[in-house]
Amino acid sequence: MEFQRHDAPFFTPRTDVASIMRQVLYALIPAVLAHVWFFGPGILFNLIIAALFCLAGEAAMMKIRRRPVQAALADYSAMVTAAIIAFALPSLTPWWVTATASLFGIVVAKHLYGGLGFNVFNPAMAGYVVVLIAFPMDLNLWTAPRMGDIDYQYPTLLETIRYTLTGVLPSDLGFDAVSRATPLDQVKSGLSNMRTFDEIHNNPMMGHFGGRGWEWVSNFVALGGIWLLLKKIIRWQIPLGVLAGLLIPSGFLYWVDAGVHASPGFYLFSGATMLCAFFVATDPVSAATSPKGRLIYGFGIGFMIYAVRRWGSYADGVAFAVLLMNLATPAIDYLTRPRIVGHRKLEKWRQE
Amino acid sequence: MSAPTFDLGTLHGGLRMPACKDESTARVIQHIPIPTQLVLPLAQHAGEPAHPVVSIGERVLRGQLIADADGMISAPVHASSSGKIVAIEQWPVSRRLGENAPCIVIECDGLDSPVQLSEPIVPFEKVDPESLLQKILHGGIVGLGGAVFPTAQKLMAATAESLEHLIINGVECEPYISCDDVLMREHAAEIVIGAQILLHALQLDHCLIAVESDKPEAIHALADALTELQDSRIVIKQIPTIYPSGAEDQVVQLVTKKEVPTGGLPTDVGCLVQNVGTAVAVHNWINDGEPLISRVTTVTGDGIAAPMNVMARIGTTIADVVNFVGGYTDRAKRLIIGGPMTGKAVSTDRVPLVKATNTILVLSETPAVGTEQPCIRCGECAQVCPILLLPQQLYWYACADDEAKLRSYGLIDCIECGCCDLVCPSHIPLTADFRMAKARMRELADETARAERARKRFESRTVRLEREQLQRAQELLEQRKKVQKAGPQAIQEILERSKSKDNSASEKDE
Repeated sequence: MEFQRHDAPFFTPRTDVASIMRQVLYALIPAVLAHVWFFGPGILFNLIIAALFCLAGEAAMMKIRRRPVQAALADYSAMVTAAIIAFALPSLTPWWVTATASLFGIVVAKHLYGGLGFNVFNPAMAGYVVVLIAFPMDLNLWTAPRMGDIDYQYPTLLETIRYTLTGVLPSDLGFDAVSRATPLDQVKSGLSNMRTFDEIHNNPMMGHFGGRGWEWVSNFVALGGIWLLLKKIIRWQIPLGVLAGLLIPSGFLYWVDAGVHASPGFYLFSGATMLCAFFVATDPVSAATSPKGRLIYGFGIGFMIYAVRRWGSYADGVAFAVLLMNLATPAIDYLTRPRIVGHRKLEKWRQE
Repeated sequence: MSAPTFDLGTLHGGLRMPACKDESTARVIQHIPIPTQLVLPLAQHAGEPAHPVVSIGERVLRGQLIADADGMISAPVHASSSGKIVAIEQWPVSRRLGENAPCIVIECDGLDSPVQLSEPIVPFEKVDPESLLQKILHGGIVGLGGAVFPTAQKLMAATAESLEHLIINGVECEPYISCDDVLMREHAAEIVIGAQILLHALQLDHCLIAVESDKPEAIHALADALTELQDSRIVIKQIPTIYPSGAEDQVVQLVTKKEVPTGGLPTDVGCLVQNVGTAVAVHNWINDGEPLISRVTTVTGDGIAAPMNVMARIGTTIADVVNFVGGYTDRAKRLIIGGPMTGKAVSTDRVPLVKATNTILVLSETPAVGTEQPCIRCGECAQVCPILLLPQQLYWYACADDEAKLRSYGLIDCIECGCCDLVCPSHIPLTADFRMAKARMRELADETARAERARKRFESRTVRLEREQLQRAQELLEQRKKVQKAGPQAIQEILERSKSKDNSASEKDE
């Protein structure tokens, strides 16, 4: 009798990349629903267009690189990139903006660096930053969040599709009618106009912490993130690092002078903080890998987000923070190598 | 009863795995009858293979020495039963390098007549430690935990160090394997006496028996044996069930809270580790005069009809063992010698059961594992690595063949436990890659050493040649001076002499 042979270990691996990516996608479902509830169906069209272009970009690049196309599409990594791009863009975004972000993310940031596992930068954030700089006007059209009692006008489903495809709103709907400055924008401009945070925040639009609608989307993003933590798809170091990196400086400055600084709660639940902490910064490929390194990496992102929001010229700083820390990853990994069991000190080990 | 204790060091990472041991521990150890043929490899231990001391056609008896230790690190091989030597030839064996190895084949007569056994040493306390060690040397005893390092040499090397503890390793953390468990359940007294013998040989008075928490029967049996034998030097340490806590260095780390330094041995932190099976083998040899000719082996897996633990003579072929336990099931597709994490797949069941064979694992079809995907640097491998290595970095450097980085990231510290493979979502065969990278590194080191030797040889040759040339030039110079001093007359004489010499030489040629 001839037996099959292969190398030890003889157990099957417990998980695979596709299932990890799929679970990341599942974890975003509650947040998508919340997004649709508060900001209209725009995100769904963003999602469709981003998915289309991300998958097409992935397939084309794999073909050009003479790699198996099927395998790359089946690992769902391009879908995750698409989902994060869809979340980052305003609810009303013309298709070419989404397409540009998707193609830049996949083609340039991912495949020109060697494809899955080799990209230095987070593809979604790289794509987003490109359109943020290239199409600044198109990234402002955030529909007003559903407010319940407050009078509120929003484009219908058909009008949303039409805007996504043409970039034109119906003549009876002005930009001013459907869109609102985001809470981050309001706080930033308010603070720079010497208004106190309490004054700015005393507005039904601002909700409890991070702005009406925004804070609920954040809650659902965090919920998905906690589910990923429980499933051990992501580890706690990066989310904690990001949140701490944002909370510590904002909390300290708010404690020093609550008038001129926004509250830490506001920063935590507005913009893309939660998305960043649980879904963007935790992209393993472009993040640090050692546990200690991940804390530092996360903390750096959190701090940088705060710095951009508070002192930078952009309202939100997630993308810049992530890309900057991506650059620091190799150094962080190198400096936070754990002490190998049986080795005395890291210093000695380095000299060898 | 000495209470099991949890006062332990910590182990990073590791995996909790399905034990898969209940199938084989359901019944007591079954004794396999003597087979018609025994195949005894000359290399069943780490170090130099033994050299045969019998010839083909010779009749041997059970326990008779048939191959003697050869070299500093080696162990003798004894006939596991009586019969006739029919061949000394290449035979398929289970090991990492090569498929065949020289073996002595015995055709058994079924009588199992014993050789005039060497006198048991009872009581062993009467004998001085030195002669006890010498005695152990001839028992063919090797480490039965898997490394099969000759026990006597390990003990002798350890006596040179300052030791604190003897650790008897009953931590059988790898799934499926249960031979040590049943040995502890059924032969606890022999283990304790074996430990006492080792303590005496090492002149130590502190012994820890490490057992995993998922083996309550074994702990009870050992505790009972200890109560009966009234030995306060020996203490049971219960350690948590997590793979790979049973590896030698890891056991030391858990029970003594000390890390074995890189490239070092447990003796560097005052510990000597022996497997429970080895302790029993020592007991059998010293107390009963029986060398290592049989062992307990777990025969299990979904490819085995009736999984169980068997006591088999060393040299019984796997086919005979499997026949005894009721044969294969229809699903049997893979034959693994050893556990599912560190074992070795073999293609044929003609291979013999050797001193190292703790498990015969027969599994069904290789599961369809997706193709290897690029590493996504999720770092799960680093989370489970018991040595705190960064397998994701090592993998990167192994691919790039970057020897310096591999060295500084501790490739040589890898214990090849296989944990990283199991958690890798990209299904990269990390352990196999690391094993290969290690082999390459060793090769490279050998090559470098060879090149270094060649360079030295070349350099010294150059120096020698130069020196010789200089010497010759000097001699020539001196001669010329001498000649010049003697004047033209002498030159003429010399020339004539050399001419006549030439002539005589040419005449001779003709």
